[in-house]
Amino acid sequence: MSEAMQARDAVLAAPPFALDAAEKNRLLGAALAELTLHHAANCPQYAGILAAQGRSAPIGIADVPFLPVRLFKELDLKSIAADAVFKTLTSSGTTGQVPSRIYLDQATAQAQSRALAAITTNFIGKDRRPMLIIDHPGVVRDRTSFSARGAGILGMMTYGRAHTYALNDEDMGLNLPAITEFAEKHAGKPIFAFGFTFMVWKYFLSALERAGITLDFPGSVLIHSGGWKKLEDEAVSNEQFKSVALERAGFDHVHNFYGMVEQVGSVFMECDHGRLHAPGFADVIIRDPLDWKPLGIGQEGIIQVVSAIPLSYPGHSLLTEDRGVLTGEDDCPCGRMGRTFRVLGRIPAAEMRGCSDTHTAQAA
Amino acid sequence: MKSLAEVFAESLMIDAASVVDSLAYQSIKEWDSVAHMVLVTALEDNFDIMLDADDIVAMSSVAKVRAILAKYDITA
Repeated sequence: MSEAMQARDAVLAAPPFALDAAEKNRLLGAALAELTLHHAANCPQYAGILAAQGRSAPIGIADVPFLPVRLFKELDLKSIAADAVFKTLTSSGTTGQVPSRIYLDQATAQAQSRALAAITTNFIGKDRRPMLIIDHPGVVRDRTSFSARGAGILGMMTYGRAHTYALNDEDMGLNLPAITEFAEKHAGKPIFAFGFTFMVWKYFLSALERAGITLDFPGSVLIHSGGWKKLEDEAVSNEQFKSVALERAGFDHVHNFYGMVEQVGSVFMECDHGRLHAPGFADVIIRDPLDWKPLGIGQEGIIQVVSAIPLSYPGHSLLTEDRGVLTGEDDCPCGRMGRTFRVLGRIPAAEMRGCSDTHTAQAA
Repeated sequence: MKSLAEVFAESLMIDAASVVDSLAYQSIKEWDSVAHMVLVTALEDNFDIMLDADDIVAMSSVAKVRAILAKYDITA
């Protein structure tokens, strides 16, 4: 890599929720323009797509050409030599679906870890709290082939200590001895819990309800991700999820996050006011599916995500298969700058997926 | 107290002789993300410190780990 990427360096160095709209459009816009040129110069397929669209270098965030996310299932897109591939990420495509293949070099992987750390510590603090992993230990046991779920859990373990698994390997039942010991040992201290949305609901919160057990972790944080698809089928709303998490386990801060393997760095965390936040080095644009024009606050459309992180593959601007709506910009009561939005679900006819779908529930 | 090389060797299950300053995270299969968390716990226990999340993300080589320990007044 020889090109200088001053704007990218600057936007990655900024604190994650500090840039206002004007500053962000200038800095992130310039970073994305640098990346567009970089990928056009280093990825022949990407250059071909741009040429076919008759596109030149963009000048603002919303002007950056976007690729449909499913292109990474169909094509091997990378902007590095094969021997510079450090890690290959694959999406959690369930049986019969083709996974995306995302190629990371060392620089991109490192920028990704730093970005995730900046966002996560902004929400839970730098001190690592006792951590309850809402999953079973087997999910990270096979070191040579982690599922998307296992990789997600390992990534989050950095932010906790005294890691304890809440579920049993055999049947995904509650590991009550482990949970009780954990609760006694860390009584009165705020803890950090992490799990995939579906697992947390089905095997933890619902199981606690069925067993009539109430845990008490005051001041604690629960972070969860992986998609709502399966919970929508059970008609569980985010509000209901949060209120059960508070009642059953005393988790008074519950943060869902939205993100996808195809765009490293795009981690949109939900604040205490229920809004998903774009960090300074990434953004969200809602587009009208009829003419692809950007939509304003309150107008429902298709979610496009941009990120300054992907150097090793042309994934800095992607059109997702999710519907969403902007809820504000630089005006969230939590004080974080940047755009906020809500995810409304998958677009019709999109391939069904979601990390937490990798564990199929047994018929009850 | 064990030496830094001993902690590395035991956590990653590698030969102490291969623990050199330039050894980098993810450069050998033994130092993967699972072993990284084992290493974190071993460092905390052995040197009686609490590493924060930024430290763990920055622990990209043996030399970096040494520099981070120095922040906690540990010469390793």
